[in-house]
Amino acid sequence: MTDHASDNRQEHWNRTRNLMIAHLVVWFFFAYLVQWFAADLNKISFLHFPVGFYMAAQGSLFAFVIQLFIFVKQQDRIDRECGVAEED
Amino acid sequence: MSWFRIQGRFVDNLPKIYAMYTGGFLLFVVLMAILEQAGLSADTIGLLFVGFTIVIYAMIGWLSRTMQVDAYYVAGREVPPVFNGMATAADWMSGASFVAMAGGIYMAGHPYLAFVVGWTGGYVLVAVLMAPYLRKFGCYTVPDFIGTRYGGNLARFLAVVVLVVASFTYVTAQINATGTIAARALQIPFEVGVWFGLLGILLCSMLGGMRAVTWTQVAQYIVLIIAYLVPVFWMSIKQDFGWFPQFAYGDAVARINELEPMLQVGVLKPVDKVAGMSALTVLHATPANTALASWQFVTLVACMMLGTASLPHILMRYFTTPSVRAARSSVAWSLFFITLLYFTAPALATLTKLQVLDPNLATSIIGKAVSDVNALEWIQKWSAVDMLKIVDSNGDGILQINEFFMRADIVVLATPEIAGLPYVISGLVAAGGMAAAMSTADGLLLAIANALSHDLYYKIIDPKAETRKRLLVARVLLIVIGAAGAFVASLKLTGILGAVAWAFDFAMSGLFFPLVLGVWWKRANRPGAIAGMAIGLAAGSWYLYMVRFAGMEPWIGIDHLRFGIIGAGASLISMVVVSLLTEAPDKETQDMVDEVRIPSGQTILGSTH
Repeated sequence: MTDHASDNRQEHWNRTRNLMIAHLVVWFFFAYLVQWFAADLNKISFLHFPVGFYMAAQGSLFAFVIQLFIFVKQQDRIDRECGVAEED
Repeated sequence: MSWFRIQGRFVDNLPKIYAMYTGGFLLFVVLMAILEQAGLSADTIGLLFVGFTIVIYAMIGWLSRTMQVDAYYVAGREVPPVFNGMATAADWMSGASFVAMAGGIYMAGHPYLAFVVGWTGGYVLVAVLMAPYLRKFGCYTVPDFIGTRYGGNLARFLAVVVLVVASFTYVTAQINATGTIAARALQIPFEVGVWFGLLGILLCSMLGGMRAVTWTQVAQYIVLIIAYLVPVFWMSIKQDFGWFPQFAYGDAVARINELEPMLQVGVLKPVDKVAGMSALTVLHATPANTALASWQFVTLVACMMLGTASLPHILMRYFTTPSVRAARSSVAWSLFFITLLYFTAPALATLTKLQVLDPNLATSIIGKAVSDVNALEWIQKWSAVDMLKIVDSNGDGILQINEFFMRADIVVLATPEIAGLPYVISGLVAAGGMAAAMSTADGLLLAIANALSHDLYYKIIDPKAETRKRLLVARVLLIVIGAAGAFVASLKLTGILGAVAWAFDFAMSGLFFPLVLGVWWKRANRPGAIAGMAIGLAAGSWYLYMVRFAGMEPWIGIDHLRFGIIGAGASLISMVVVSLLTEAPDKETQDMVDEVRIPSGQTILGSTH
């Protein structure tokens, strides 16, 4: 393994790890933080739904789906820029 | 007719083949609707729906038969991401999701939505932490990864133990569900239905292993999602809730909030007790505003999410994609297909509840005369099979909220009848429930049998076994484990959902941290992983036993559904401590971890191993 390649690998892993952390923060927000305050959030409404109920029944789900499609794109970009992507 | 001509390999023609299949299924539904108008009896329609779909799955299973190791274990690693997404969604959505989820929300209200959040958000962990790396590893089974990353037969063996405990807990619930549906659709006793369900499950998986299961699961997803969505749309249009009730049921939630005090939901407690059934006593969208309620919600979410990311039958679906990139995008597609059902379930629960409660709707029963309600066809039908009961506790001749008992499981199955839809819809729903339970049971049985045949038999007991013998052992195990599952299911030990939640807790207790840290922490070593699996599983099982059977008071609301919190906590601590106290893994292992972390290059394990 050349030094150049191992630099790339280090950079690749740093960026991959940062991306992981960023996505887990978003995930934590929708999975736990929002749900914790459901009773309070129910006092406001969104599309006629009480927000606490809405987030558990629909809102967080959509957030997870969108987040994953974005993650796929971001991780693929990191792989390509660091030269460790699979051949197409 | 060139559109119908299939040229070249099967996998190159997937969109065409499954489009034809979907069209064929819809035609079948229309045909059944016409026959119903022509006077075909409801029982015959139910029988045709369930029978016809099982025959189709069995045919796919037969056509996918194989004697090649990589086709049997990982479907030849040629499943495109979108189709693997559908297969995973079917693998994932069990009898519990299809049959019990909407019913659970109906009965338990907001706290039950923790399952909805947990069973979707877990895929974020699967995509970010696990699936792409396991795919790069090139393993056949989850214990294959543990055994190679940490080395040694003990680590591999413990992973097999956790896998078997978690998956077997889960599979009995699925065979139970197939038995329930088969019993009802085919008019046979439950104990016979269970064995009939098992037969269908084995037909799909035995000859072709993962390859057969993959292509039947795609077919089963198509049936189950059509079966779940069509009744909801139909009911919604018929009852004037709008075309896309999922986006418009906010007003229905508000109306239920308004009706609950009028009908004294939660105030009137049931006077009589009916075994296995409950009356509505929990508010629909209003959780208790206490820290304990919030804590219980998020701990259940955490258990379901970490469990999702450790359940081997799900993780192994991502071993079948052609590349690491495909594995990642396949997780996103899986979640997309799963969400289609999961965001519909709360809508279904809400609208069904409204139809039962709202005195302004013709379908309502609460507040009506008991004699009128007892005359309704769906009430009679479900009472006859002990799924529903009306007890006029106060003898006033009027049905109150605490006098209407039912099993939560029936909400999805009974909704078409409550809304007065034709019977063809009920037949469709039965076929969908069957597809959901069968597809999950298939994935689970295969996960168990593969771990035992590949990891225990081939890797530990007889590493020189020939391919023929390995695949024969795999199939024999499949039958034996299936039979054991059917036997346990026929004993009717627990409701569908109790056991399902336990499977997640078992999986996270033993496998979550050894899997995650195997990729993300180079310092994790063999003694640490062994401690993590053994102590995690032992702590979790101990806590479950104490809380559920020995009468121990749960610690801060962590009841038997949430014992994974204790198990995984113990697993993490013991794994980190033991790893740090013992020697770091050798250079070879560390290089292997480096190699797993990048998508390019060869897999760690060879394509046949």
